[in-house]
Amino acid sequence: MSETPPTQPEGPRIGADEWVARSGERAEVGGGLVGRLRALYELVPKPAVFAFFVVAAALVPLLTAQTENDIYFLRVGTVALVFALLALGLNVAVGFAGLLDLGYIAYYGIGAYGYAMLSSDKFGIHWEAWLVIPLIVAISALLGLLLALPSRRLVGDYLAIVTLFFGQIFYVIANQGYRVSFLGLNKDLGFHRANWDLTGGPNGIANVDRFGVFGLTASSERAYFYITLVAVVIVFAGLTLANRSRTGRAWRALNDDTLAAQAMSMPVHWLKLLAVGVGAAVAALAGTINAALLQGAFPDDYNTQVLIIIYAMVILGGAGSLAGAVLGAILVSVLMLEGLRPQTPIGDLTGNGRWVFYAAILLVLVATIRPWRRLGAILGGIAVFGVLVHAIVAATTARGTDGLLNTGPETFEEGGPLGWLIRNWLALPGGTYEVGSRTWFNIALVGLIALVLCMTLVRGWVRDALIVPAVWLAGFVWETRLVIEASGPTRLLLLGVILIVVMVARPQGLLGRPRVEIV
Amino acid sequence: MKALQLVGYFQDFQLTWGYFFDQLVAGLTLGSLYGLIAIGYSMVYGILKLLNFAHGEVFMIGSYIGFFVLTWLGGAADPSLPIAVVIALMFVAAMLGAGLLGVAIERFAYRPLREKRAGRIAPLISALGVSFFLQQLAVICFGSAPKQYDSFSFDAGALFTSVSIGPFRIQYMQLFVIVTTICLMVALTIFIARTQVGRAMRATSFDLEAASMMGIDVDRVIVVTFLIGSALAGAAGVMNGLIFQNVDAYVGFQVGLIAFTAAVVGGIGSIPGAMLGGLAIGLGRSFSIGYVSSSYQDVIVFCILIAFLLLRPSGIFGTPAPQKV
Repeated sequence: MSETPPTQPEGPRIGADEWVARSGERAEVGGGLVGRLRALYELVPKPAVFAFFVVAAALVPLLTAQTENDIYFLRVGTVALVFALLALGLNVAVGFAGLLDLGYIAYYGIGAYGYAMLSSDKFGIHWEAWLVIPLIVAISALLGLLLALPSRRLVGDYLAIVTLFFGQIFYVIANQGYRVSFLGLNKDLGFHRANWDLTGGPNGIANVDRFGVFGLTASSERAYFYITLVAVVIVFAGLTLANRSRTGRAWRALNDDTLAAQAMSMPVHWLKLLAVGVGAAVAALAGTINAALLQGAFPDDYNTQVLIIIYAMVILGGAGSLAGAVLGAILVSVLMLEGLRPQTPIGDLTGNGRWVFYAAILLVLVATIRPWRRLGAILGGIAVFGVLVHAIVAATTARGTDGLLNTGPETFEEGGPLGWLIRNWLALPGGTYEVGSRTWFNIALVGLIALVLCMTLVRGWVRDALIVPAVWLAGFVWETRLVIEASGPTRLLLLGVILIVVMVARPQGLLGRPRVEIV
Repeated sequence: MKALQLVGYFQDFQLTWGYFFDQLVAGLTLGSLYGLIAIGYSMVYGILKLLNFAHGEVFMIGSYIGFFVLTWLGGAADPSLPIAVVIALMFVAAMLGAGLLGVAIERFAYRPLREKRAGRIAPLISALGVSFFLQQLAVICFGSAPKQYDSFSFDAGALFTSVSIGPFRIQYMQLFVIVTTICLMVALTIFIARTQVGRAMRATSFDLEAASMMGIDVDRVIVVTFLIGSALAGAAGVMNGLIFQNVDAYVGFQVGLIAFTAAVVGGIGSIPGAMLGGLAIGLGRSFSIGYVSSSYQDVIVFCILIAFLLLRPSGIFGTPAPQKV
């Protein structure tokens, strides 16, 4: 990248592949300050960048004290790293090989349940981690291979449905596995018990051992942060090497054009199985870490919702990019799963959901709208629009604007200056939080969705004009209901939105390479 | 029968023919429902080669629409109109609403990807996103508690009384579902076989590119496909609510998965295949509930799917498609 930019070809030349010839042009990073910074960044060798981020992450626990709040922050970091591990594994199947593996969550669960069964009081087995983890990882990888086998001679989509079903089945078995029997015939077959308890059913398996190696036990929060970090580093490095290897190139060839890859005598079926198997192994590793971290395995940690969370991470970061997978995992798990918590105190901590939400809207507007004049006009429009609506509603109905922020009357005055601004910008109807009074919220939500969909159909100043009421409505639905359910359905709703928007607007995600479709 | 009794697993009542026929009728009812949903999957897959994960959610929304119409008309216990009119209105509203929803999903989530030629995995992920979005939207807007259809209160339970036809004992509700499904099927078959649009649909599903070269407005055909498929899913949603008495936000995912299995078993892309696959899965589920265990019915459906994928991947009615390059 340090050389002078390649001279641009005048026009189509005979006998030259335009796409290849212009590759330098596409790699061009652009001008301006951002471009120069990126050019500098490109000069730094990749391993150095990698090492920088690893060291930065390793310093995080040292900055935290042993207070309860700091342990909570450390836990957020550890969970983000576990998700990063999961995203890396899913990236092998989805990003490298282009297979839609929807049973991925089951391998995560198998890792957790496998570890929980082999080192807890459940069956009185207390094997050490160095023995259990390789065993579980190997079993899970084998299962991945087995499961992909029936869909091996089929076109892509069947794999999706078989694996999706497999994930569901895993959840059913984990939930129902506390009364396993031979068709209810145990007594007749001479067994002592009428049924066996294998998975603990909906209650899961509790009191799982911490990781232990030769008598040493990892029990502190910091230890788990470092264990997970080491796992992420090893998997990241391993996958980077795998991606550059023969197999990695074959996976990418498979993703680009399966038929052409097969014609080049690549073992297509085996490559597919391998991709699913490697993903399954990484997921199982993450599962064992999660079980030891939570000291338990519970079925609801391994359901379809978690699968969608991991998918959103990989897709947002950019399928096929390992750094993207990690970035997506950290963004989604820190910002969406933790950052969007409602602003009600839990313990000593207050959630920052409201501020994260408005900051995100502002950030998106600033990042996408050019030039500054237009941005200023839109922001001004949003402010004026809100104040106008507030004034009109206040003048017409008594209860129209006496709604509350947060969850109850006692927090009415809270929220600081920004809270005051929001109360005077939005028109929050009174009694919003009473059960059953969802009418205004539902109308606003449907209106918001309709507005956003209309925005995709129009261009120019009409779209700019539509942004104003859309932002106002977004604020309205957020304050009237979404912020309360932010740790539940809201974040899942937003994950669904991420999947759709990324696919429609930027299929390569944040760090991925755009796919070139050759017709 | 003697041998089974020796094992002692089955209860005495499970060994009567009456019980068997009850399971059969229940399976046929369930199967009609799955068949109706499976048709939507099959039609869309036949034309776009897209696994429309959001279809189950369309079914769920249709079921909710039926519920709201019912509530608006006074509820099952005290309807403000004759029962037949109420049910007819529920069906019309749900089919219309679900159909429009399907068209909107196609327009905003799939068409942009098609225009960009985004490959095969991108629409699948988008479909997954739509499915999840609609599901959580229903949780937020309608609450996570199931809504009660309370169809048992229609005319003091008249719809759930049984009549005997030969050896079969069948409830009016089941009869209604089966007959309605047959009517919809006949209408759909005639539409596909006889009308101009139906012919365009067949041509498009045969070869999308060639069809567009022959002057068929492919986008319009796709819109019609989504409209019909989603309307059928909406009808199935109302039926589901009437039979099982309630609807919640998660019903779509589960039923959608089973219906897709039905479409695969019947031969994806084939409409009679989808219906037959639905019946097969419905019967399998019903008998597994009746004779094995209610907890593991999904496992049994999964086994049927795997068996078909191994033994006859093109399904009952499907023809193995030679891959052209």
